[in-house]
Formats: sequence, structure tokens, C-alpha cells
Amino acid sequence: MKILVAVKRVIDYNVQIRVKEDNSGIVTDNVKMSTNPPDDNAIEEAVKIKESGKATEVLAVSIGEEKAQETVRKALAVGADRGILVKTEGVVEPLSVSKLLQKIVEKEKPDLVFMGKQAIDDDCNQTGQMLSALLNWPQATFASKIEIKDGKLEVTREIDEGLETIEINVPAIVTCDLRLNEPRYASLPNIMKAKKKPIEKLNASDLGVDISPRIEQIRVEEPPKRKAGIKVASVSELVHKLKNEAKVI
Amino acid sequence: MSVLLIAEHNNKELRPFTLNAATAASQIDNDVHAVIIGHNCEEAAKALSKLEFVKKVIQVEAAYYENFVAENFAPVIVKLADSYSHIISSANTFGKNLMPRIAAALDTSQISDITKVIATDTFLRPIYAGNAFATVKSKDTKKCVTIRPTSFDACESSGGSASIEKAEAGEEFSKTKFVKREEVKSDRPELGTARVVVSGGRGMQSGDNFKLITSLADKLNAAIGASRAAVDAGYISNDHQVGQTGKVVVPDLYIAVGISGAIQHLAGMKESKVIVAINKDGEAPIFSVADYGLEADLFEAVPQFLEELNKLNTIQK
Repeated sequence: MKILVAVKRVIDYNVQIRVKEDNSGIVTDNVKMSTNPPDDNAIEEAVKIKESGKATEVLAVSIGEEKAQETVRKALAVGADRGILVKTEGVVEPLSVSKLLQKIVEKEKPDLVFMGKQAIDDDCNQTGQMLSALLNWPQATFASKIEIKDGKLEVTREIDEGLETIEINVPAIVTCDLRLNEPRYASLPNIMKAKKKPIEKLNASDLGVDISPRIEQIRVEEPPKRKAGIKVASVSELVHKLKNEAKVI
Repeated sequence: MSVLLIAEHNNKELRPFTLNAATAASQIDNDVHAVIIGHNCEEAAKALSKLEFVKKVIQVEAAYYENFVAENFAPVIVKLADSYSHIISSANTFGKNLMPRIAAALDTSQISDITKVIATDTFLRPIYAGNAFATVKSKDTKKCVTIRPTSFDACESSGGSASIEKAEAGEEFSKTKFVKREEVKSDRPELGTARVVVSGGRGMQSGDNFKLITSLADKLNAAIGASRAAVDAGYISNDHQVGQTGKVVVPDLYIAVGISGAIQHLAGMKESKVIVAINKDGEAPIFSVADYGLEADLFEAVPQFLEELNKLNTIQK
């Protein structure tokens, strides 16, 4: 079985982002970037499946600027076998990403495609579902547990009401929740080894997909700041304030 | 052109966020039609026909619609989509799972999780865990939009008298099978709509200690929330998680107990009207959004909180 994992390069989750002064977007210059956190879970799961003998190859794919190569390289350092970088400039919407991934899937013919359930920059939560629609494959979103049984997957999904279990045929798309597993760190020897693993570079135009944006971002602004609150000295003061000042209890 | 609202339900009742999505839909166009896909969902379809803004209900029935498998639902909506300018659903796990499948089939770039309708093609939405807001304009002729339920009021559940039309079912998607759903049943208010939310974090130290949160929630008729750290540690189940990848809540009162306040958690609760933080670390980021901060050991403060509440003659419900 071959597993393709899509990974996105985003601003590191620990960075407090800043809005550009002209409100045209978010400051990304000289900001720490890393792999979108649930994409790390997707890679980890794929590598674990390979280690268990149920998969033969893990392919990491990223779509983005040249530097997204680092994100592919990181996936290689934790166990992916080879990488593909599809180079793009500017904003690539989830619909375009899914179309580019569709082309890669048609060429590489993986049995499974894993990715994070959501990217923490645009918070869209669309790409996996869109790709599965384009391929007409089953989708298992928000996965917190994956079991491979007789060529099918049993996936536990985190939903608002609790947990849902579905069974899907292969080939399939799985979007991963942060609770799926504990991503490993790359060891130094593996980082060195990853440098020798192949990364194929393509241009979005090579794939014959129109990726021009359909959504115009007119303005980006900071949310209204909350007024600074106060510290109370005791529980009785807190309850008094909630009752008589905020009037919420 | 009319707007198509996708109803979320459990085949008997509408799920509450359908009412918020109806309000959002009505802000785009007056002519809101609602589609309900299910199995033996007559009662829910009737409830839908009574909603304030709904002008027409389209009911689609088949046994394989009982469990909301997106692969079955999406083609039904794609088939109906010709007559509509917009397709709307809530940005909860139901809508997040379903809408992109519809949007891709319609070759539309979806707009997720909007908090405001600015014009029929322009919307406000949070990005970066709500640390920025983007005004975005769709150039697609057909628009697929999911709405953040807590940013739109629920519409009235009575007053409407929409006709209910039946539409033909689509084919069954045989490659995805529903197995089971483990719902946590509770008599408490729903986390997404509760007036008061009491949340616990890593500071609770164990699942057993979450009893303190439960007692406080009982007293205040509150829903129970949790930080991701508390869910990851197994103190409480995932349906309680508040934050960027969990639920967004906007209660009148949010009480954060033993929660440090990572930006991913703040994303899910910082729009709450009044925020209380109880934490022994005076430097915890949660205090930066709290209206009332109490720097104290929660294991002393929460029992005292209960005692003080017992002294009150009345507590709002």
C-alpha cells in the first residue's frame, strides 16, 4: 500500500501573528514557519502504518513557494520515503490545492491520502473533503483513530456530539485530528539521511490546473481588543462582582 | 436568486445551529429554501417548515440518509444547486464535513466560517485562530458558505409556514459505511448555546478532579468545557473541547479554571461576554482576556466558589 501525505507550510503555531499596517494581510517576513500541526499527525500515522508492514511507501507532497521544500524535508526526516513540491506563488485556495493534489494522485496512484483536518493559517477545513469529491473517493474527516482491517479502514471521527466510527473502502482520504497520535521528533541522523532522499519539483502550470484565486481578500484587520479586566483578591469578591457588577449569576 | 440552507437534524428534531444558519441565510436573501436529507425525518421537516425565515422545505428521504454520510448527502445538494445562488450550512463538524464536498463538485471556492454577511458576495471571517479577521469577496457565480453559529442569532422556531416538497433521493455511495456513533448524553445545556460555560484545563490534574467543574456547572446550570490539554490528557471527552479546532462558544459567562490560555484555546472563547479566570500562575495568558481574574489555587478556590454561590438567594438560570 502506498500512502500520500499532504503537508502545508504555515506560520508556527506559537507565533503571535501580526496584521500588516496596510491591512493587506499577515506579516510573514522573518516569522518562524513550520509544518501545519495536524499534518504532522498525518505523516506520523502514515509512517507508523509503514513501520507495521502495512504500507510500502510514504510520499510527502507540499504545495507552496520554494521554501515549502523545508516542510517536505521535515516529513522525509521523520520517515517519509520521497517528496514532491508543487511550486506556486501567492495565495492558493483549498479548491486549487485539491485540484493540484488530484493530478498528483492520478499520477502516483496512492491507496490512501492523509492530511491534517485544517490548516491553522486560513482555518478553512476544506482540502481533504474537496479532494475526495474530485476523486469520488470515501472521506474520513477529523480522524482520531485509524485501523486497517481486510483492506478497509475503520476510522473514529471526532464530531461535535462525541465520536463516530465509519468504515471506508480503499482508496480513501483521511483528514487527521491532533489526537490521532503523538508526532515524533526527527533525530539528527535521520535529518542527515533525509537530505539524500529525493524531492521532485514541479510547477503548478506543469499540471495544467487553473489555480487563479476565486476569492478576493479585501482587507485583513485585527480583532477588537478586549478591555483589560481586573484581578480580584478573593472568591467572595469575585462572586460579588459577578452578581452585582457583571450581573451574570 | 434564492438561498439554499442545509438543515442539520437527528431525523426527529432540528439541531439548534440550523436556526442560526437560517438567520445568516436570510441576511443574504429573503427567499430561503431549506433542504432536509434524512430517514423518517417528517417531524424534523415540519419543524423546519415553521422556522421564521424558511419559505420552502425540500425533503429528501432514503434509508441510507439516516447517518449523515457526506458522500451520500453532497450529490443531492449538487443536483438542487442549479436554482440557488448560495448554499449555506453551519461551520460545525456537520457542515465542515459536508460543504467542501459540495463546493468542489460545483467548482466553487468555499468561504468557511463567516461571522458576518457584508454583501451577498462579501463576508467577514476569522483567520489564524481569530487573531485576524479577513473581509473576503467571492468571484464565483455560486457561493458555498459555512457560517459560525455563535455569530448569528437563532431565528424564531415558530411563525413560518413553508410548504414541504419531496425531492428524489440520489444513489447510495457504497464505499463508506456508517458503523456507530457514541454520543455523550447529558441533561446539561449544549456547549455551543449555553448561557454559562465552566471549563477546566490541565490544572485540573485528573479526570476525577473534573468533579469540581461539574459541581460548579451544576450550580450555575452551565455547560462543561475543556482545553485541548485536558482532553488530550484524558480528563474529559473530546466533545467538550473549546478552541481553534474544537468548539467556539460565546456564553454570557465563561469561567476558565486551571487553563493557561494558549492562543488556540482563546480562539474558542474570547468573544464571551464576561470571562473569569482562576489560575495560580499570575502570568498565565488567560488573564489577558479575563474580566475578572483570580490568582489562586483552584482546589481551594472552586470549593469556596461553591460555598459563596450557596449563600446567594437566587442564581440566574
